[in-house]
Amino acid sequence: MTSAISRRRLLHGTAGAAVAGTLGGCAMGGEADGDTAKGVASAANPLGVKEDAPLEVVIFNGGFGEEYAKAHEAMYRERYPKSQIKHAATQQIAETLQPRFVGGDPPDVVNNSGASQMDFNGLVSQNALTDLGELLDAPSLDDPSVKVRDTLLPGTVDVGSYDGRFLSLNYAYSAYGIWYSQTLFAAKGWEYPRTWDEMIALCKTIKAAGIAPWTYPGRHSRYMSWPIVAAAGKLGGLDVIKALDNLEPNAWRHEAVRAAAEAYYQLAVDGYLQPGAEGMDHIQAQTAWCRGQAAFLSCGSWLESEQKAVTPPDFRMAIAPTPSLTSADKMPYEAFRGAGSEPFIVPAKAKNVRGGLEYLRVMLSRKGASDFTRKVSSLTSVRGAGDGITLGPGLTSVTALIEASNGGAFTWMYNSYYRKLERERIDGACAELFTRRINAAQWCDRVQKSADEFAADPAIKKYKRA
Amino acid sequence: MRRLFIATFLVPPLLLYGIFVVSPYTQAFQISTTNWTGLSPTFEFVGLANFQRLLDDGYLWNALRHNGLLLLFLPLVTILLGLFFASMISVGGRADRVGVHGVRGAGFYRVVYFFPQVLSVAIIGVLWKEMYAPHTGMINGLLRAVGLDRLAVAWLGDPRFSFWCVLAVLIWMNVGFYVVLFSAAMQSIPRDLYEAALLDGAGRLVTLVRVTVPLVWDTIQVAWVYLAIIAIDGFAVVQIITDGGPSASSDVVGLRLYKTAFGDGQFGYASAIGVAMFFLTLTVAVMFLRVTRRDRVELQ
Repeated sequence: MTSAISRRRLLHGTAGAAVAGTLGGCAMGGEADGDTAKGVASAANPLGVKEDAPLEVVIFNGGFGEEYAKAHEAMYRERYPKSQIKHAATQQIAETLQPRFVGGDPPDVVNNSGASQMDFNGLVSQNALTDLGELLDAPSLDDPSVKVRDTLLPGTVDVGSYDGRFLSLNYAYSAYGIWYSQTLFAAKGWEYPRTWDEMIALCKTIKAAGIAPWTYPGRHSRYMSWPIVAAAGKLGGLDVIKALDNLEPNAWRHEAVRAAAEAYYQLAVDGYLQPGAEGMDHIQAQTAWCRGQAAFLSCGSWLESEQKAVTPPDFRMAIAPTPSLTSADKMPYEAFRGAGSEPFIVPAKAKNVRGGLEYLRVMLSRKGASDFTRKVSSLTSVRGAGDGITLGPGLTSVTALIEASNGGAFTWMYNSYYRKLERERIDGACAELFTRRINAAQWCDRVQKSADEFAADPAIKKYKRA
Repeated sequence: MRRLFIATFLVPPLLLYGIFVVSPYTQAFQISTTNWTGLSPTFEFVGLANFQRLLDDGYLWNALRHNGLLLLFLPLVTILLGLFFASMISVGGRADRVGVHGVRGAGFYRVVYFFPQVLSVAIIGVLWKEMYAPHTGMINGLLRAVGLDRLAVAWLGDPRFSFWCVLAVLIWMNVGFYVVLFSAAMQSIPRDLYEAALLDGAGRLVTLVRVTVPLVWDTIQVAWVYLAIIAIDGFAVVQIITDGGPSASSDVVGLRLYKTAFGDGQFGYASAIGVAMFFLTLTVAVMFLRVTRRDRVELQ
């Protein structure tokens, strides 16, 4: 707001004039110039960071806390002692930073995560983000002959790319799959099923043993869409998933998606889901699972740290890929959904874009990544950065999963391209499916209808996954 | 001189009101005609396209229907319960030597009813979310304890119940305040009116309907408008307890607005919803005041 208060206005001091003045400066106004600090690039400083330029980092203060970021900031300062680092942590990323994006004065690095993350569709369509491609091609901190790109796990660059531009670095690495307790399975002599027929047969045995075969967070039923879509991708190949990401007509009615939905719907039909699970949130369902009330659970690799407080010491949780639906699946049993999570962005209008990129490079160094893993018990998207660190049984099984897949991890993008499609529409459809109010075919129709709505909505920017 | 004196006192509050109330409202009207995403200073004017879209948005109408149901039930049930409890506390006891008074332990009840009012909405939300939990929740625990296992359902996971679960919480958290409000109003009713009614052989119900209600009508009217406004909102409790689910079965307009703005990054459309809500609230408030208008009763 730039309306200067004149002497006359001040003297008269009428409320009307004051209100008019306020209206002049509107919530939407304010354009700032995007001058960015730049230094001279050299072998030691390939991104051309200006040594004394201050750096502002905003961290989502969620499950991972903020301590890990302070360690990264210290590492950055070791390299650039003249730089002042401003650190902030909040849970309200969108509410806090949205006005700063509008004002053209965003921080240099933002950990855009959590329930109130800023919508990527909006950020990308407004060109608010720096292309991180330069970072990918820069030499890694540990070995100048290896590019940063080649230190990353598969699924990291995919997930952060929009129309071919790498805009968000998903720092943590999440593997998604089906979880069980190794202790329970060993005690009962059960073995994790490699095919869906074996899964159904085992569910029968488990139910007979007085344990619910599956539980799921019915209040966030999208958790159950993950194994469905993963199984569909494994059955029909990655093109099936790309069609979903590209909102292609009838993509959700593809026979592979349909077959996967039928398979998981069978769990509801045969009564293999824990009664009452439809009313649980993720914590309640996961806790029921940790207490041994159910054998299987769909979740990501953050599960172990999320359940730390209530997991019995000898529980030995483990992740496994979704069972193959047929013997002719296009992907092997070992393939799983693995993707970067915990997005970090460098706003395009940041004052120290170079510093922001360099900060990400520091994070992606072996030292930065292993420190993160040690502090927050989560893997990073840096290949092999967890080696040599003592991990819990859950994360150990995740590393084994990554190794066994031999680079066969895949993921989908529709949840970050079109957040609402998963968060509201697929979530709602799954809630109906697993309470048997709709069947698998109707589920496909319903999700397809929602996808069509997104495809037809001019207010939503569309992305193409190549 | 006198004008200046008045102005000195009036300007600061008016200024604050202008900056923090009038200006955001006005801006919302302006934003509602744009396609602003809330993330950059650029936007285009789209005229009334957002309002056009609002008319065709099935999810919004679904949410609005729930607000309609809230509007129907929340004020009615809360006021009836509030009146009942307040009259029991104030005049519910039998008349004896000291005249008409409340039931035994009235002071205790008055404090207990007010408890929910002291808790923040967030705490109430989280508390009830756990109360409704299918296996670990207190509600199903109680039902099972008395052998009603069949009634112990997954409350918040069933679209048939989730909305009514939220309604129950809204009533629970509001009723205490209106008990206190109505009690205060009843304190101002002369005791001899009740004694006279008692002598004429009026029972408790008749006394409540024929004597108390007409005499506290003004307060009821105010309560009605307040509760109507709460019913049109309902955002916080719904967001915490059900987040509108399962499959939008307990969605309300406030939540739709919030998700459209901060989740989908469509501040233009969200503002259009806000503007529609503004007129809706205004209409409802005026309507309620009109409908409930009655002649005043003079006591002395």
